[in-house]
Amino acid sequence: MFVGPFVIGLIIFVYVPIVWSLYLSLFEAYNTVTPTTFVGFGNYADMLADPAFRQSLVTFLVFAAVIVPVTFVLSLTVALLVARTTFMQAFFRSVFFLPTACSYVVASLIWKMSIFSGIRSGLANAVLGWFGIDSIPWLSITEPPWYWLVIVTARLWLQIGFYMILFLAGIQRISPNLYEAAAIDGAQGWKVFRYITFPQLRATSTAVLLLLMINAFQAFDEFYNILSTFGTYPPYARPPLVYLYYTALGSGQDFGHGSAGAVILTLIIAIVALTQGRLLRLGRRDD
Amino acid sequence: MAIVRGRRASRVAGWVRYSALALGAVLFLIPFYLLLRSAFMNEADLGSPTFHWLPPHWNTANLTGLFTNPAIPMARSMLNSAFIAVTQTTGVLVLSGLAGYGLARIPYRWSNAVFYIITATLLIPAAVTFVPSFVLVSTLGWISTLQGLIVPGLFQALATFLFRQFFLGFPKEIEEAAFMDGLGYWGTFWRVVVPNSYGFVAAIGTITFIGTWNAFLWPLVIGRDQDSWTVQIALSTFLTAQSVQVSQLFMAALVAIAPLLLMFLFLQRWIVEGVERSGIGGD
Repeated sequence: MFVGPFVIGLIIFVYVPIVWSLYLSLFEAYNTVTPTTFVGFGNYADMLADPAFRQSLVTFLVFAAVIVPVTFVLSLTVALLVARTTFMQAFFRSVFFLPTACSYVVASLIWKMSIFSGIRSGLANAVLGWFGIDSIPWLSITEPPWYWLVIVTARLWLQIGFYMILFLAGIQRISPNLYEAAAIDGAQGWKVFRYITFPQLRATSTAVLLLLMINAFQAFDEFYNILSTFGTYPPYARPPLVYLYYTALGSGQDFGHGSAGAVILTLIIAIVALTQGRLLRLGRRDD
Repeated sequence: MAIVRGRRASRVAGWVRYSALALGAVLFLIPFYLLLRSAFMNEADLGSPTFHWLPPHWNTANLTGLFTNPAIPMARSMLNSAFIAVTQTTGVLVLSGLAGYGLARIPYRWSNAVFYIITATLLIPAAVTFVPSFVLVSTLGWISTLQGLIVPGLFQALATFLFRQFFLGFPKEIEEAAFMDGLGYWGTFWRVVVPNSYGFVAAIGTITFIGTWNAFLWPLVIGRDQDSWTVQIALSTFLTAQSVQVSQLFMAALVAIAPLLLMFLFLQRWIVEGVERSGIGGD
């Protein structure tokens, strides 16, 4: 009566689909969700051999290599600044947190059509114009790949506030006694951060890194909305979920390969989460 | 002397800190400002080669046009989004609240196995399994239906896990008193535990609502017909197809985020708590 409804739903809507797609991934299934020809691990071999699939994993790695450390450092910095502030603290916290209310679609709209629109009246190009610099067609050229700047800044704006809140909560849990002891020992500024605040934030930091990693792996919304025009997505900058979306639900409706891809991605993310979770627990045991 | 220098140094540090915060705040508010400004501009001014801080001609026709233009299903998609967000949030709160309480308080034979079944799915983000879920939902014939959009999202392992953690810390004495008065688990839960947990329910409820309102991938996969579009899908369709006027698109986006901005204004405390709880896993 308490746990039952939830567990039944979870089994039907989470476990059954996963098992079914494990099964489907061993078959050919074009335009149908019932398997036709058994192909064994053929779909998996195809996926792993497909340069586009491997390229999507590379795209994720490049994206994560930028977005994870930059979000981490900026949200920690903002949290430290806000935590030290007494005057207008609630105001600053709200301003940085506010974009959390915004969807990726709306942010993509503002980034694509207003800030980074290729014309002179786009804010980025207007600012460049004040310094006498020519307009940059942010999204319509690939060399240099300015579109990365558009995508990364949109995600930064959307998620810095969220992680700032996590760091603020962590900072508030640090005992004031530690800071008093540090003050008596004459520690100031950077030293306090290096030897007290940062080590005390270890659990928070690990959780934030894990979340950043998982979220980067699931990136879809801003890539899709910023980069696709007139219903077509460019062949570059396809992270795993974008690739999977076009494989399984594009014109081909290839559910055999799509399921194999979903299984591979699920395994990757589960391994990442488990490894990082293990590290988190080890970190706690040290404390 | 050293103290005076220290004070001056800390005053300088304070100025640096406030300048950095003020600069950051301006940068963070600019996108909202651009959204607001562009929503009230007309096409000619938006496309002109000069950047305008304020609309040269105030244009309110976008707002009325949004709900009268038959090519833009704004009213319908806002209604869909509202219905989905409200039912899904309520459903998650009831299902996960009950399950969390059961896991925390009611001993039975397979409780360990059930707990593992639930927490194992924490490792798998729902977005990664959209292909399997699509296969199931299309087999059920639920493509482009509200139940197809709502039901698969009702079973949130994270919410259940957080409720369990919360109820484990709930003062047992209150429940024992209720038991003495002859209330069973069911009565105790609804009449004693729930009324004393509104803060936590509000925290989980607000972030679930935000997540549902802003969801994109699943509504994109399932909402094929225009009648089943959520407001995010309507916006995205017009953004990527560039089929409507840009200024009208900005007005649509402004209307789409208005409910959440209001929520932030009045319920920010609970949203912050929800973020803290869900981010750190409830400890």
